[in-house]
Parts: sequence; C-alpha cells; structure tokens
Amino acid sequence: MASSAHTSPNHPYIPSTDSERAEMLGAIGVDSLDALLEDIPAQHRHPKLNLAAGLSEQELSTVFGSIAAENASPSSGYISFLGAGSYSHYIPSTVRSILQRGEFVTAYTPYQPEAAQGTLQVGFEFQTIVCQLTEMEVANAGMYDGPTAFAEACLMAARVTKRTKIGVLSSTDKRLSDTLLAYSKYQGIEIVEVAADATDIPDDLACIGIQSPNFFGEIEDVQRLTKLAHDNGALSVVHVNPTALGMFKAPGEFDVDIVTAEGQPLGVPMAFGGPYVGLFACKKAHIRQMPGRIIGRTTDTKGRTGYALTLQTREQHIRRERATSNICTSTQLIGLMVTVYAATLGKQGMKDLASLCYQKAHYAAAEINKLDGYSVKSSGTFFHEFVVTCPSAPPKINEALLKKKIIGGLDISDRSESGMLVCVTETSSKADIDRFVKALSEIGVSA
Amino acid sequence: MTISINAGGVDRRLLMDRSVTGRKAFTLPASDVPTQNLPDSSLLRDDVELPEVSQLEVIRYFSVLSQLNFSIDTNFYPLGSCTMKYNPKINDELSNLPGLANIHPLQPDVTVQGAIRLLKNLQDDLGEITGLSGVSLAPLAGAQGEYAGLLIARAYHDARSDSARTVAIVPDSAHGTNPASAAMAGLEVVTVRSDDQGNVDVENLRELANSNTAVFMLTIPSTLGLFEPNILEITKIVHDAGGLVYADGANLNALLGVVKLGDLGVDICHSNLHKTFSTPHGGGGPGSGPVMVTNELAKFLPKPVAVKTDVGYVLATPEMSVGSINGFHGSFSIAARAYAYIKALGQEGLRSVSENAIISANYIQAKLRDKYDLAADRYCMHETVLSAARQKKRGVAGLDIAKRLLDFGIHAPTMYFPMIVDEALMVEPTESESKETLDHFIAVMRQIDDEVDSAPELLHDAPHDLPVTRLDEATAARKPVLRWSAEV
Repeated sequence: MASSAHTSPNHPYIPSTDSERAEMLGAIGVDSLDALLEDIPAQHRHPKLNLAAGLSEQELSTVFGSIAAENASPSSGYISFLGAGSYSHYIPSTVRSILQRGEFVTAYTPYQPEAAQGTLQVGFEFQTIVCQLTEMEVANAGMYDGPTAFAEACLMAARVTKRTKIGVLSSTDKRLSDTLLAYSKYQGIEIVEVAADATDIPDDLACIGIQSPNFFGEIEDVQRLTKLAHDNGALSVVHVNPTALGMFKAPGEFDVDIVTAEGQPLGVPMAFGGPYVGLFACKKAHIRQMPGRIIGRTTDTKGRTGYALTLQTREQHIRRERATSNICTSTQLIGLMVTVYAATLGKQGMKDLASLCYQKAHYAAAEINKLDGYSVKSSGTFFHEFVVTCPSAPPKINEALLKKKIIGGLDISDRSESGMLVCVTETSSKADIDRFVKALSEIGVSA
Repeated sequence: MTISINAGGVDRRLLMDRSVTGRKAFTLPASDVPTQNLPDSSLLRDDVELPEVSQLEVIRYFSVLSQLNFSIDTNFYPLGSCTMKYNPKINDELSNLPGLANIHPLQPDVTVQGAIRLLKNLQDDLGEITGLSGVSLAPLAGAQGEYAGLLIARAYHDARSDSARTVAIVPDSAHGTNPASAAMAGLEVVTVRSDDQGNVDVENLRELANSNTAVFMLTIPSTLGLFEPNILEITKIVHDAGGLVYADGANLNALLGVVKLGDLGVDICHSNLHKTFSTPHGGGGPGSGPVMVTNELAKFLPKPVAVKTDVGYVLATPEMSVGSINGFHGSFSIAARAYAYIKALGQEGLRSVSENAIISANYIQAKLRDKYDLAADRYCMHETVLSAARQKKRGVAGLDIAKRLLDFGIHAPTMYFPMIVDEALMVEPTESESKETLDHFIAVMRQIDDEVDSAPELLHDAPHDLPVTRLDEATAARKPVLRWSAEV
C-alpha cells in the first residue's frame, strides 16, 4: 500500500488530486511517496501529529470570533490610557485599503527588481518620509521595530567610533535598553547609564543613547546632549516618537548622528505588540555602517528611472559573519502602511495630529492634577505621555478602573514612586478623558 | 511639448513631485478640549516637509505601483527557500478583527485572555509539529529566531560553566544569516564541507567538533533541498563533543507530519511563519521566527512565553531567560495568521502540505533533468536546485535564464544560492500550485533552454516586457540616491 494514501483529503489550499499525484509520482519514476523519503530515518518517518482536524473557513471564523471576544478593546466598550511604546491612533481608510493589495502583500523581498518596482518605489518613498520627518540625510528601508532599531543604532555607533562602551540616558524606556542588552551581550560591549542631567561623560563612550520624548513623555535637551557626546568623541543616537515630529524640532536640526523610532504610531494597529517597523536614519557619512535594506534610485538599460536594493555589500547574504547585522527584512509591508499614512496625513495633517495629541494630553494632565491625592509629576515639556503620582498603588487603582471598563495608565512604580504613566492621543475624546478623570477621583485613596 | 511614456505608460513620479501646496487627503477632527498653552517656541518646528496630495491621488498612486509587482496572488513564484505558497485571505481578515488588532501590548493579562490563549495554542502546535516543546514566539523574523537560538545555546553552556565553547560550526551551504547571527552571538564561525552528494561531510564534522563547539547550525532539509541522510550520526557527533544542534527551519515546509526535528536529536530550531505557515511576505517582512527547544532548554527562552495557570493565561518570563530581543511579544498578528492556517489544515492537511510540496518539486526535477544539471542527482525534498552550468557553457548565465522567466510572468527561482553550486537556480513550487502550473513552468524552462542556442539575445536582454529592463545596480551603489530631493 503506497503511503501516498496519507495525502488523501483535498483541501482548498492544495490543488493536486489523487490522480494528478499518481501521475506525477509516475513521471518521477516511483510508485509511492515513501520512495522519495528514504533519506529520512525510517523509525522517525510519519510521526503521529497530535493536532485537531482541519476546520472549514466558517468554523475558523467562529473560533477566532470567540478568541477576539475574550479581549478587552474599544470595540467591547473599553477606553485605554496605555502608551509606553505602542500608541492608539486613528488609521485612515487609505491605509487599510492599500493594505488589501495582494500585489504588495504577497510579494517577496525585491531580489528581482524588474518584477518588484512597486515594492521598491514604496520603499524609496518610505526612506524619503523618514528623512523628512527626522531631517536626517539618509534612512534605510526599515527595521523590525523601534527597540531593535535603537539597539542596532547603538551597535552601529560602536562600529563607527571603534569604541565598546555604550551610554544610555537614564530616562530611557527599559524596553530599549533591554533589547540593546540582548543584542550586545556577546559582542564585548559594556552598557553604562548616563544621568539625564549629566554635564560630563566618560571620554570612551561610543554614543549617548537618548529617547525623546523620553519614557516619561518629556522632551529631552537633545541639542545639549548631542554636543556633550560630540565633545567627547561619541555619537548621539536619538530615539524619537514620530508623531511628536509633527510639532517638535527634528533631531536633524541638532546634528544628531543616528535617529531611530518606533513606526507603529504612523498608521499601524497596536495588535498586541506587533508587527511594527523600526525607523532608522543617519548621517550620510556613516551609511556604509548602517544595518538593514537600502533602496536606491538608478536607471535601466533604456535610461528609464527604476529602483533597486543597493549597498548590499554590508549585508549578510554577501558578507556573512562580517555583515553589519544579520537582519534580512525591511518589514516592508508595515513600511508601506507608514508610507501611505504619511502621504495621507501630509504636511498639514502631521502638524494637526501632533497638536491635537498635545492639546488632549495636556488637558488630561491638568484635570488629573486638580484631583485630591493625585499629582502630575512631569514638569518639563511633555508630549502625549505624563507621569501621575497616585494616592495608592497604581495596580490597585488600575484594578478599580478596569471595573469601570477603563484600562488605566502603565504602572511604573518601579521607576517613579506610586507612578502611573498615562497616555492620551487624538483617539481619546474629551468625554473619554473626563470619564477617566472622574473615575480616578472616585477611586482615590480607597483603592 | 511631447508627453513621454515611462515604464509602459505608468506615471512614476514620486509623491513630492505630485505635491501641490494646500492640497490634502485627510482632515483631523477639531480639538474638543480647552486650548492648552504651547511649549516654548524654541522647541517647535515650523513645517514638516511632506507631500500634499488628494485622497484619490494617494489611492491611485499606490494602486498603480502595486501593479508593477509580481506576487503570489498574481504570478507563479517558485523562489527557492522562500516557500511562496498561497497566503489565505481569511487569515488576514481574522487577524484584523478589532478584538485582535486594537489591543495594547501592555494591557493586563486578564483583559487579553483570548490573545494569550491564541499564543499558547500556537506554541503548543509548533512544539508538536517540531517535536521540541519549549516555544517562544518572540522572534520577529527567521534571523532573530536564529539569534535567539544561539543566545539559548550560549546561556546553556554558561549555566554549566562551560563557557569556553565559542565556536559555531556551519556548513558551506548555509544561508548568510547563519554566520551573521553566529557573529552577533560572539561565536567564531568554522565551516564544515559538504560532500559530493550535497551532504555534510561527516568525517570533516568529526574533526571539527570538540570542546570548543557551542553549536552546530544545520539547515534541514539543506539549502540544496536535500534531507541529510546521516542526521542521526551528525547529531550524535555534536552531542558527544558537548555541543548543541541548532536546526534552521527555513525549509520546514518539507517536514510537516513527515518527521519531527526533535526526534532526530535537534536541540533548538526556528520556524519562519512567513514560509511554512503561510503568512504573507509583504514584499520583505514582517516575518516571524518562533524558536523551539527541548524541555531542558525551555528555561532559557526569550521572553515572553504564554503559559496557562490556575488563574488563566499569562505572559511569563522563563526562569533563566536570555531576555528581550525586541519591544513586546513578537509579531502577534502574524502569529494569529499562522494559527488560523494550522487550524484550517489540521493534522491531515498539514501532512498533505509537505507531501504535495515534495511531489511537486520532484516532478519538476524529473521533467527538467535532461535539460538542466542537478546540484545532486537524487530525490529532493520540497525544492530542487538546478544548475545552469550546461547553459553557461553555451553562453547564457543562470541570471539570464532567471530574467527570461520574468518575461513569461513567472518569478525567477533563487539564483546563485547555495554558493557551492555553479549557476544555481533553486526552484520551490510549493503545494499550492496545480499540476497545470507546474507543467507550464516546465514547458517554459525547456523553451528557454532551446532559446540558449536559437535566440541567445532574448536571454541576454531579458526581461523585455516589464516596467523596467535590467537596472544599473553598479551606479546605484557607487553614487547612492536614496531619497527624493528637490534637486534630483
């Protein structure tokens, strides 16, 4: 009995029929599939797979409907004030619509540029938009996410300066420094903390890694810190929130060397943490140390403009163990979402959006600051996040909020006593904010 | 003035060249809160230089660009090692359900029980499929899965105070990410030869495996599309030397229900959800590269790992975790798609995936072997590596054949990889393609072989009918233009 009997029930994803399989096996010159598997140790062939039977599309939809229903989201009546690296923003219909284009969705990395001009031109637009937002000279086509972009930027600074000590500002999100730690662990790199108000730094740092707005939502003095880095032969690596760039001065104005960002706020669903895309830009002088895919403009044999992957000699498929990184994706599809988003909002939209986020966050902070027992700790200029010092333990307050279908801010009591990091974007209406403030007031010290 | 036609009549102007001051594609709502004071103006920027276009222009621009692409939805795409199978539409739809797309990664576990349950179920399924039950879905791509696997190997040796193990043995046929990831993990790369059958040279491995060996990185099936017949001996050699065996799961599409990596002595592997488990490649990501390990190694997995407890599902950090390799919990909505794929196929369907993928690849190999050389003259797994060495002698390179295929609306195979094969053309048809499509591909490949003699210029100049002809990549690298600017 031929064990191709395994391949019985036809499935919508598998077109071959029994007779076609038999015909193909005949052409191969074998009478069963097993004849093709003789290199596999016989005792381990065809193991039992303890998995459920396949589902029809309708059944699958039901399964997913119940999974989705177990999660609290705006569609089940919850409002949320979480940020800290992932942000709720309205996603325009243009982004969702273009994301339906199978020609973008189901293409591979553009190794054959003649058959991938769509993907490549979008990538070139993405690089342009990243440069425009950050006012940097060059950008790559995208990294996995913000934290990995930041980690790779710090490692790049170490390559550029040929130094092995990386400074990270104390106000930085631990998600950035933890990722850096995992990336640099076995590369002979030492990570040191630099106080946010430091006026001098060791003279052997490769860079100062700065987040602005920082983890607590406050704008850092990037200009001063960059000068401090340069005075000591170090680079300045700045991780920004791209939404804030609609309003605040871009790092490129301050002579920053490498800029990274989490691209998620630009039209990408929060989706429980991913997939996102990391933005990565730097000074042109450092381009050959930049990790990731880069798309360049060129011409074809008839002199027409076209686009192709370029500067590939930095990359793993050519340089192998001497590559600038092992990365071989640009997270292109998420880059497409960012590109369509930025094109849709455009010059005025990015400005209006940043302003709206700023207005709402500052309104929320002012209202919370009026409450008995609560105070807003952020003193400087903050963008859409701020620290609230709570009258009782933030997890307790959050538990009470949850009963009112409010997902409160992030408990950051490990970094700021009784601290809650509250985030407000344009998706929170005044009514939502007022409901949150009222709930906080009711909970107060009773939590 | 003459209107010039560029690229088949397609208007390729960039967004900034279409920008008209004052035009817009979107309106933000007016603020509904009392006006707040702005910060000091020294902190503020005047303008962001971004395009100003209409909403229709946004849609038309990107829609027209999409049509310049080959894709699985529109073309046969036998790109070896990339597993360009059908990406079921229902998976995209389900992963975009508001209850999955609009949840924040830092929500309390009690508010995301469905999401964590999904992750836990997918972990279990991947553990079952690979025979390696410790699973973390954190890695954001295959290369990150590899790196996570190597961190685990290093943590394992460190925990045993066996830290002198600083060598990764990698076959000469390996994908470039293997040595690149090894270097990131601070490992010295030592190359083991392949023998004339395309297998790992076992004697060479025996010489190389010693007390410095941290890990042996093996792609199974190999990048030649072959199953390693000496696998049990290989894993024993590495284990006897005190090293771990890492399997690169890029080619897992050949193995579903066919063999479990854990049964073969593999300690660590990763899987590319965007290959075997049908999640879209997206033109180059997002990927997802879960890492699977033996029970013994599970305590080293990167965080988080979804766990079922008495009080429900939680995201946990393994006891001796190698830490966070990215921002949150991995590519959640990619994991959701992969889970939907596994649920749709089930036990029998997954087995059928691999069996059909193997039959299709062998069918192509059998039908082309008289015209094209084979990298190894034996049955292949899910992909076959052809060599255009014979055509090269007749004046046409593998590159020319690849480009000529584009003229027929067929995406080129993977070219010049693995590097140990002269003029390699790696063909992976996948189980998604019908026999008619395979027959068409075979007929085209045979016709192209005829053209090598009858019309070589057709190959040298190919492709002819695409949006562009061959591009000047040398100038692109020498004088990089990487963004729009007003001057260019």
